[in-house]
This record gives sequence, C-alpha cells and structure tokens, in this order.
Amino acid sequence: MSNIEVDKLNTILATDCGSTTTKAILIQKQDDEYRLTFRGEAPTTVEAPVEDVTRGVINAVNELEELAGRKLVQNGELLKNSSNENEGADLYISTSSAGGGLQMMVAGVVKAMTGESAARAALGAGAIVMDTIASNDGRLPHEKIERVRQLRPDMILLSGGIDGGTTKHVAELAEILAAADPRPRLGVSYQLPIIFAGNKDAQDIVRERLGNKAALEITENLRPVLERENLMPARLKIQNQFLEHVMAHAPGYKELMAMTDVDIMPTPGAVGLIMKRIADERRIQVVGVDIGGATTDVFSVFQGVFNRTVSANLGMSYSISNVVSEAGLENVLRWIPFDMDQRELMNRVKNKMIRPTSIPQLLEELIFEQAVAREALRLSFEQHKNLAVGLKGVQKERTVSDIFEQKDDNSLVNLMELNMLIGSGGVLSHAPRRNQTAMMLMDAFLPEGITQLTVDSIFMMPQLGVLSEVHPKAATQVFEKDCLIYLGTCIAPVGVEKDGKKCLKYTLTMPDGQKIEEEMVFGDIRVHKLGVGETAMLTAIPLSKNLDLGAGPGNTIENVEIQGGITGIIFDTRGRRPFEVPSNKTERVAKVQRWLSAMNAYPKF
Amino acid sequence: MGQAYTPGLKVSRSEEILKERILPLKGKINVKKGDMVDSETVVASTELPGNVELVNIVNKLNITPDEVNECLKVKPNETIKKGQKLAENNGIFGFFKSSCLSPIDGIVESVSEITGQMVLRHPPIPIEVKAYVNGIIDEILPEQGVIIKLNAAFIQGIFGIGGETVGELAVVSKNISDELTEDLIVEEHKGKIIVGGSYINSKALHKAIKVGVKGIIVGGIDAQDLKEFLGYDIGVAITGSEDVGITLITTEGFGKINMAQKTFDLLSSYSGEKTSINGATQIRAGVIRPEIIIPLNEEDIKKTGSNESENVQGLAPGQLIRIIREPDFGQVVKIKSLPVELHKVESETKVRVVEVEYPDGKTRLVPRANIEIIEL
Repeated sequence: MSNIEVDKLNTILATDCGSTTTKAILIQKQDDEYRLTFRGEAPTTVEAPVEDVTRGVINAVNELEELAGRKLVQNGELLKNSSNENEGADLYISTSSAGGGLQMMVAGVVKAMTGESAARAALGAGAIVMDTIASNDGRLPHEKIERVRQLRPDMILLSGGIDGGTTKHVAELAEILAAADPRPRLGVSYQLPIIFAGNKDAQDIVRERLGNKAALEITENLRPVLERENLMPARLKIQNQFLEHVMAHAPGYKELMAMTDVDIMPTPGAVGLIMKRIADERRIQVVGVDIGGATTDVFSVFQGVFNRTVSANLGMSYSISNVVSEAGLENVLRWIPFDMDQRELMNRVKNKMIRPTSIPQLLEELIFEQAVAREALRLSFEQHKNLAVGLKGVQKERTVSDIFEQKDDNSLVNLMELNMLIGSGGVLSHAPRRNQTAMMLMDAFLPEGITQLTVDSIFMMPQLGVLSEVHPKAATQVFEKDCLIYLGTCIAPVGVEKDGKKCLKYTLTMPDGQKIEEEMVFGDIRVHKLGVGETAMLTAIPLSKNLDLGAGPGNTIENVEIQGGITGIIFDTRGRRPFEVPSNKTERVAKVQRWLSAMNAYPKF
Repeated sequence: MGQAYTPGLKVSRSEEILKERILPLKGKINVKKGDMVDSETVVASTELPGNVELVNIVNKLNITPDEVNECLKVKPNETIKKGQKLAENNGIFGFFKSSCLSPIDGIVESVSEITGQMVLRHPPIPIEVKAYVNGIIDEILPEQGVIIKLNAAFIQGIFGIGGETVGELAVVSKNISDELTEDLIVEEHKGKIIVGGSYINSKALHKAIKVGVKGIIVGGIDAQDLKEFLGYDIGVAITGSEDVGITLITTEGFGKINMAQKTFDLLSSYSGEKTSINGATQIRAGVIRPEIIIPLNEEDIKKTGSNESENVQGLAPGQLIRIIREPDFGQVVKIKSLPVELHKVESETKVRVVEVEYPDGKTRLVPRANIEIIEL
C-alpha cells in the first residue's frame, strides 16, 4: 500500500463482489475533488459453469466501460496505469462477500445440553445450524461421519464437557470429525475451520486429534459448568473465522487478489469502517445495516463501542426462503396492502431462492420483496441486539427455567439514544422511491424518539470503506457528496394508546419562519416536506402519559433541531413496545394502505 | 454490451464424466483400474466395528470381581451366540448354580477383573459403496475409494430432494406441458425413474411412492406441496439426505413450468435406459445441482459424435431465452434487441432490459436479470 502515490490517482475503479451481484464504481477527480461518476453491475459468477469471481468483475466493469465511454478492460483484463489518460484506471480496489452465508455443524456430548449450547452459539453468531452431532444422538459413528461429509459445512463448532469433567466423549467426537476429514465447499486448498469450545482439560486431546486435519481454533468452554453458558468467546471466534476463512475461498478469489492494488477487504469489514467513521467524526450513536443476497450485516456504535454482527442466512436472494421460514409467512404478509395467494407466493419465494439474481418487474413483486426485507432486517437487528453487549463476553447465569432460551438484557443498543440509522444493500439502496427505503427502515428497526434516516445512495459503502484505507480524502469527499443520502427524520413516541385517540401535538418552525401547528391521533403516519440540508425546529407534546418522546412519559420536547431529507419529517404514532399491526385482515389492509399512502411509497395504494 | 447473463443449467447430449466414490471410513477397494463396473457393483467396502454391550457378570452371579475368571465359560475374542453361557458360578455344593447368558450374537471383547464387567461387541457392520454409474475404473484412491469414468448424457436439474438412485427411465408425459398426474403412474413404473412434463402434485407424488417408483424428473412442483410432503419447509436450499423413499428432480423450478424442450427430448430419446439420478442440491457459492446421468454405450457415442463442450455465451438477437420471473414466468421467447440504456419497468425500477419477441409476434421489455439462456 505504501508505494501508491495518492496524489497521482485520478481514476479509481472499485468493485464489491456480493454473493449475488458484483458492483463496480468509477471515482474520478474533477476540479480537484473526487466524485463518483459511473456505476455498473453484473451477476456474481461463483456458480458453474464459470466459477470464478473475476468473470463477474470483468462483466461489471464492461458495463461501467460502456456507460462511461472509457476503456477499462483490455484483452479480458483490467487496464491499469495506461499511458493514455483517457483510458484505464490508476487504482483498483475491491471488497468481497462472495462466499455466501455461513453454514455450520455443531457437536456436543449431550444433545440437549452442550449440543444445544453449541447450536445457540452458532445461531447467535449468524450461522445456520445444519446438524447437531452428539454422543447420544442415536446415530452410529459412520452415520455421523457420512453426514459431516455430505453436508460440507463451512465450519464446525465442537463443544462438550464441563470444565474438569470427563474428556472421553469429547475425544470420541474429535475422532469422528478427524475420520470424516471434512472438506470445505469452497476451494480444495484450505483446511476447514473447526472451533473447539469445550472442556478445557480436553484441549490437548483435541489438538492432537484435529490439529493436522483442520484449521483448529481453541477458545473458552461455552458451558464451563452445567448451570452457566459462556457463548460470547465462541461466537466471536465464529464470526472472525467466517470473515477470514470462508469468504476468502470463493472461486477465483486468488485471481482477484492478484488484480487488486491493495488487499481485498471482506464487505462487512469495509462497511463497518465507514459506519464507525461516521459515528466517531460526528460523535453520534449509529445503527447501520447492509442487507445482501445471502447475509445481512448490522453495525452499531453506542457509547463509543462498535459492534458488528453477520446474520449469515438472512438475505434477499439465496437466503430469501430462510427469511420467510424464520419470520413466518404471516409476518411477511402483514406489510402487504392487498391479498396474495399464499401457494403462489411460496413458489415465488422458492424461485427467487433457486434463481437468486432475478429482480422484481411487477409492482406487487416489489412490494412483496420489500415486505420480506422488513422481516430480514427485523430478525437481523434482533440478533444484533442480543450480541451487542460490549467488547467482553458476558457470562450468563442460566437457571432450569430459562435453560432453553437465551436472553440478554445487557444490550448496548438503545433506540431512544440512537441518532442516525443508515441503510445499505440492494433492496434499500435501489428501491425505486427513497420513501420506500425510509419506510422499510422504520418498520424494521422501529426507531424511537427522534432519529435521522439515511441510505447509501447506490450501495457503495463497501468500496468507500476500503478506499478510506488507501485514500481517506477521496473516500470522505465521495461519501459526503455522492454516497450518504438523507431521507429525513423520524419522530416516534414510545408507548401505546387507544387507536384513533389524540396522542401528539406539535409545532414545527420551518426554515422560512412558517409555523405548522398540528395534532395527531394514535396509529398514524404523517409527513412534512423539509429538503436535504434544511432544518426545522420542533416542539412536541405527548397528549398521553403513556407516550414518551425521549424526555420521559408525557413530557414535552422543546425546540429540537430536526434535519430534512428527500422524504422529509416523518411523524410515526403507530406505537412502540409493542408495535402492532391489526390481526384482522380487512383492518390490516386498510391501515397498511393508509400508512403507505401517507408515505407516498408506491404509485398505487 | 455488458455480458450480464444468467447461465443456463447443463443439458448435454454426451459428455465425459468422472465420478468419485468414497468410503466413509478407510476400507478395501474391490475393483482395479480399468475394470468395467455397472451401477450395482460394490467398488469399495469396509466394516464398521459393531456396537458394544456391557454385561455385569459380578452382579448377575453374585460374586466378587476377583472370582470372575474362575467362572468364565468363554474367552476374549471368542465368537458367541445369543443365549450362550458366558459365565457360571459354582453354586452351593455344586447345586443351585447361576449362569449369565449372552444377550447378543457377537464376540467377547474383554473382561475386567476390576469391575467384573464383560464387554461384548456386536458383529461388524458392513458398509458398501456402489458404483452408482456404469463405467470404467479410472483411478484407485487407496483405502478410500475410486474414480469412475464414463461417457453419458448429463442433465442438471434446478432443485431436487432425495439421494442417489438408479433405475430404468420411463417417459410418462407426452409433451413438455403435460402434468404428471396420479392416474398416469401405474404398477409397471415400480423401480423406475419416471419423467413428467410441467408439474407434479402431492397426490401423484404419494402415488409414486406407493407404487415403488424410484425417482421422478419433472418441470416443477408447488413449494406448498413439497413442504407438506417433507413435513417441513426448506429454508436454505441444502438437500439430498431426505429419507422420503423417492428422489425428485425439478428441471425448471417451483410451480407449473413446462420442461425445457431440449431436456424433454433428450430424456425421451433414452426412455428405457438405465439412469442414475441424485436430487442433492446446495444453492450457495460452490453450488451443487441435482444430476441425471444416462451412461452411453459405444453406439450412442458414435451417434452423438464427439463430446460437447459448454460455451458460456453472451446474449445476442435471435437467441432463445426463458423468462425466469413474473410476468410470464417460464415462457420461452426470442431476443429481438438489446437496448443499452436503462428502462423503467412497472415496479419503477430502472434496469437494463432486453426486448423479447413472443411466439405470437408480440414484443415487450424484460429486465436482463430475469432471463436465462436456453439451448436447443
């Protein structure tokens, strides 16, 4: 990186290889300022017959080339440092998440005890658990071995035994894994990561059995005593291994590494850098999300602590069926303002899963996908809240009554304190109307009090994240001018009132001095136009002791500065804790239509 | 233009295939390089040590552990039968003897003088790996398995359930749009792999299992029917280990979708031939698609000519493509033109499109992301 002369960079080419789409952007110096000039995309090519991410990169750059009218590819290769200043790029950088979601197998001695704890650790880290192997699961050793081979997990979490307990069963499990000699699904040249988080006395035995067969990582026991779980160290290990190992083995990744001028950064890492920078520079509390085809990454900065989670099987293409299955079809349908045939709908979800690169052409298909996105975001955020508990793992006492449920009340995420919500990823960045993005963010995250809503304009945060490591000035200029889109500010009282009852009175002093004084009933949405860069002053009085805007239940907030945006100021009195959509179908459809209409979300409704 | 395309699945008339057949544990290879094998040939086998059974001799005979050796009627490593006397005490003055009988057929593994327990082991469990395809042994992987080489017609499905199975191919539907209905599945399809046109419903699926059909190849199935059939919903597409008594491969997707003509014609031309299929699907990077392998004989290979090579093509006017998203999902149309500029579609999304022509001459714009190339 040191030999890159940043002052001489006039044209920067950056790509992000997602699991579904490869995005290429061109950043050019114009009048001493770096600006985004063009963008191209193509399906990611990790599947047969191509099986090489670089092909998707060249395809995306080809599209960029056409749009920009600038030669960027020569003889099938990127054209760099050309003597002709009207062609080629001076720098090529890339991020990648093309490895897709994280699929794990877990192993524990007793299926209902350490086996379940291991499964919880893996689920909490955003993985899907393909199978739990246990000493007492009723299968013969060869059946277990065959299962490991057949499933081709990305990673295995081996647990078992309390500290100081018997090591025999753990040794047996390690032997089974060693005999299976599991092969990773991507690339033949690397070893499968196995994480051991079991009886500390068995560490040497496990090291001896598996040290040569797998990329073994040893961490603290996830169940050191029977009554207590300590899942955090294992979860963190899983996430690190996922970023470093699994994603890096997408077909063609090595060739891509040879093409880039600096190391390829995993997409969540790059987006995390940008999110953290925003929070640090502006000294605000931030929640960000990047929703992709296979995974959804959530980031938060509260009290200066940065947290990142990867929900490896919540996404809009490869994982769409899993979102519907985890959330339940009824939860997806609650956002849809018309009736849909469920049988037909299930076919559509599965067809998207098996043909992940297709996009909604019809309005009703768009509405449905955006409904799925709300649920994917909601579930990912739930996982994030459970995991965002600071930098150190918190040990959790477990009693018999909560033994089957892991609850974490120590989450750092406090929505009332949240200043800015940032959305990124195809379904948010490419929504045909920005109001749709604002509404998806509101419905999924349920921001409380006063929260600014923003979105990555064309889904370029990953590229800017890696650029910020090479050329911070260029990254900042493009970020400020071309990337972050201000949607507006959401004002939502926390609490519940009777539907239709007057619940909020407010005065908005607009930039031209005009005063807007209005009241709202509970269960509604109202939007006031306030442009990007404009501010208004807000005084709001909850008309109920049950409602809180941040100053305490029933208390007035006075003269608060509110930022505008493309959508404007959004008052949301639909309630929080809990937020509820009517269960009666007719009522629900009418309400959802009213909300969508208030937001001017779609050409119809 | 940018070569944005969705590659179609492989439908190959003739292709050289290398099939790896691996044991779950180290074992014995039963064939040698160059051997011709058929799908039923056991190419490798191994024996798994049987389960262990503990018999507490001291408790049963009411003796102390140090007396165990005197009472034994069998020795370690001796083969035993169920009901055989393992040990017997001396009783009182030779009368009232108690004995301990073997609960299993197996061998005596060991006897502990400390705990007084006898460890019996069930007979070893034989594990066999069959060839699955007809072919020639191309490579031996010592103690692990073999690689089989063959020339075959090879078709990839888009989604499947169930594992490997082999059977005679029986094309049941008359054309690509026919549904594979309950009444079309008859007794003579027992043990066969049947081919339908556009769709199979759950009734027909159950009938197929009742009749003893080994596999089904069809255009589409409703996701709801599949969920009911399996008893759970498939969240992430990882299949192959379902134990449902049948292997199902859909060639086109979910819902009622005509099977691609090329696929149907190829399958029809091999009706009656022995075919190996596997429904295992993993849709993620490093994708696995369900497979249909029809081994070819010399005559077939001569007929089909040399191996086809798959070329990934870009899009071009005149090319036939399939629409893979609503509206007109599954419809086969012809590319008329490839506009460069972005177009706004009904959802207000601005996308690159392709202008397509329907068989009736009508034209419309379709997002490029929503088509896949099909070959004739």
